[in-house]
Amino acid sequence: MSLLIYGLINSVILALYAVGFSLTYGISGLANFAHGALYILSGFAAWTFIHSLGLPFALAAPLAILATGVLGFLFYWVLLLRLRGIALAELIVTFAAGVAILELLTWKGFYGIRYSLPLFTRGGVEIGNVAIDYQRLFVLGTGIVLVILLWLFVHHTRIGLAFRAMAQNERTALSVGIESDWIGSLSLAFGSALAAVAAMVVLPLGVMESSIGYEVLIYALAVAIVGGLESTLGMVVGSFLIGYGQIAAAKYIGAKWMVIVPLAAIVVVLAMRPSGIFGKYKELEERV
Amino acid sequence: MEKEGASVRKKRLDRGIKARADTIFAVASYGEILYLLLPRVIPVGLLLALPLILSGYWGKVLVYACMYGLLALSWDFLASCGLFSLGQALFFGIGAYIAGIMNHYFHLPPLITLPLATIGGGLISALLLSPVMRLRGVYFAMVTLMLPLLLMKGIETTGAFGGTHGLSNLSPFTHDTFATYLAVLGFLFCLFAFRRVINSDYGLVLRAIRDDDRAVMSGAINIYWRKSQALFISGAVGSFAGALMTHHYQFLGMSAFALDYSILPVAAVALGGQGSFAGAALGSMILVPLSETLRALGGLRIAIYCGILIVSIIGLPEGIFHFLERKYHQFETMSEVK
Repeated sequence: MSLLIYGLINSVILALYAVGFSLTYGISGLANFAHGALYILSGFAAWTFIHSLGLPFALAAPLAILATGVLGFLFYWVLLLRLRGIALAELIVTFAAGVAILELLTWKGFYGIRYSLPLFTRGGVEIGNVAIDYQRLFVLGTGIVLVILLWLFVHHTRIGLAFRAMAQNERTALSVGIESDWIGSLSLAFGSALAAVAAMVVLPLGVMESSIGYEVLIYALAVAIVGGLESTLGMVVGSFLIGYGQIAAAKYIGAKWMVIVPLAAIVVVLAMRPSGIFGKYKELEERV
Repeated sequence: MEKEGASVRKKRLDRGIKARADTIFAVASYGEILYLLLPRVIPVGLLLALPLILSGYWGKVLVYACMYGLLALSWDFLASCGLFSLGQALFFGIGAYIAGIMNHYFHLPPLITLPLATIGGGLISALLLSPVMRLRGVYFAMVTLMLPLLLMKGIETTGAFGGTHGLSNLSPFTHDTFATYLAVLGFLFCLFAFRRVINSDYGLVLRAIRDDDRAVMSGAINIYWRKSQALFISGAVGSFAGALMTHHYQFLGMSAFALDYSILPVAAVALGGQGSFAGAALGSMILVPLSETLRALGGLRIAIYCGILIVSIIGLPEGIFHFLERKYHQFETMSEVK
């Protein structure tokens, strides 16, 4: 029973890590390697809003999400505009920007026990015979709501439809008046904002550290690779596979084997299906 | 023309010696011989002379520069067949661990562990990456970025091979100058060997794989076998650097898989210019001493690298070496637009 519930929560956390990354990649083909850095940066931004400006968390969180989104938007126009289409250069620049952010955070001394975000609610509840606190349930709820909202957004709003058009065929999208730079920067902004949303709900569970940024990036990549980079369903399935795999490994083999699970999952999936479980669009072009 | 600058344009002309052919030169005078030889002889001479001049701290920096140079060269070699890695630390760490383990548990001297680590490291890297060889571009980069970090975590959690403490008291090279020369000669050998190989038929196939792998496949060439050979070569070079470092510092730890070893080589290539190997070498010879002078800034060091990397990619995408090469081989004049 505890395996079932904690596996579920772990999976949803992984899905939250990955959702922004896979959204950005799915739409504009930009692998945002600064994803993890933006995640943790938004956490520290919220912390700063709370402790320096004295805002309540309910106000600081949306503000941090907005700020991260704007940062992602600026990333596109300042760093990536001249490099669009050169996959390697895009990747190196986002990765370098991410590492720079993380190193700057460490340098500024943002680590230690006092850096943690407040919980929304305290207390917990017992399901079956498993104790679980409200914050984890809240994470679960946020994850589910976010995925549903994202699906609605992508299928039923004008911008969402433009996103999908870009993902399917950039030139055709251009010919019907969807401007690719504008949509590309918006997709990066959305991806970054989603990273911040994940940070706001997941970070209160522990202490903030800049090294978490690398971890988030690794998990987001693992989930995206296992599930297939551009499919939302694949992302959900991938996070469940790795999430449950980790908890099961921790329970039956030992906690130290948890880190091996994403690696093993990647190797197995890539050996069998090189484009991930649900990858479809770019199967032939990118992977051969 | 309203714009001031628009009335003149840059006119580029190849020098005569270059114009005859791209790689075959018709040399007519000593001046032309010098023109061809100097850019090759001066750096080599400098590198061979430096270990005699520098000592102590800056001697170590020279070893460091050569080591990063080796990593950058191995990155460039891998990139020339279309595999863009973000994890040279993987090769480096594997080499370092093989050499360290051989030395610590079996007490083998460095002169035996070094070749063992080079060959074994190449083999292990090729095997480890063989499942993901089918991936290209961003996908391959993602996997290579994750592997060293995950291996580092694996060592941290399982406590294998010394765990977080690492293995210390490894045997050093008999002589400091010997180690320095080993690094310098290895670096120079790699530089010139790679430059030669990439222009041979073998290198031509590798470059063709990067440009259009399906065309190569249709020529009945097994591209995965070629790619694994490239992985072996690149992995062996990286492992050599790692093994050298382990014995030079007489210490082996998880830091062998650190992000530094992945980022700096890529930064060096981005700064120097991709594809010619000389760019990679030049970039690491600039970046490493620069980073040593920045060491006083502590944690900010990597942030500054990343800054340099971003600025150089956006500002001079071709790299310093290609820029200099063009200036050296061509006359540039401003001519009136009529």
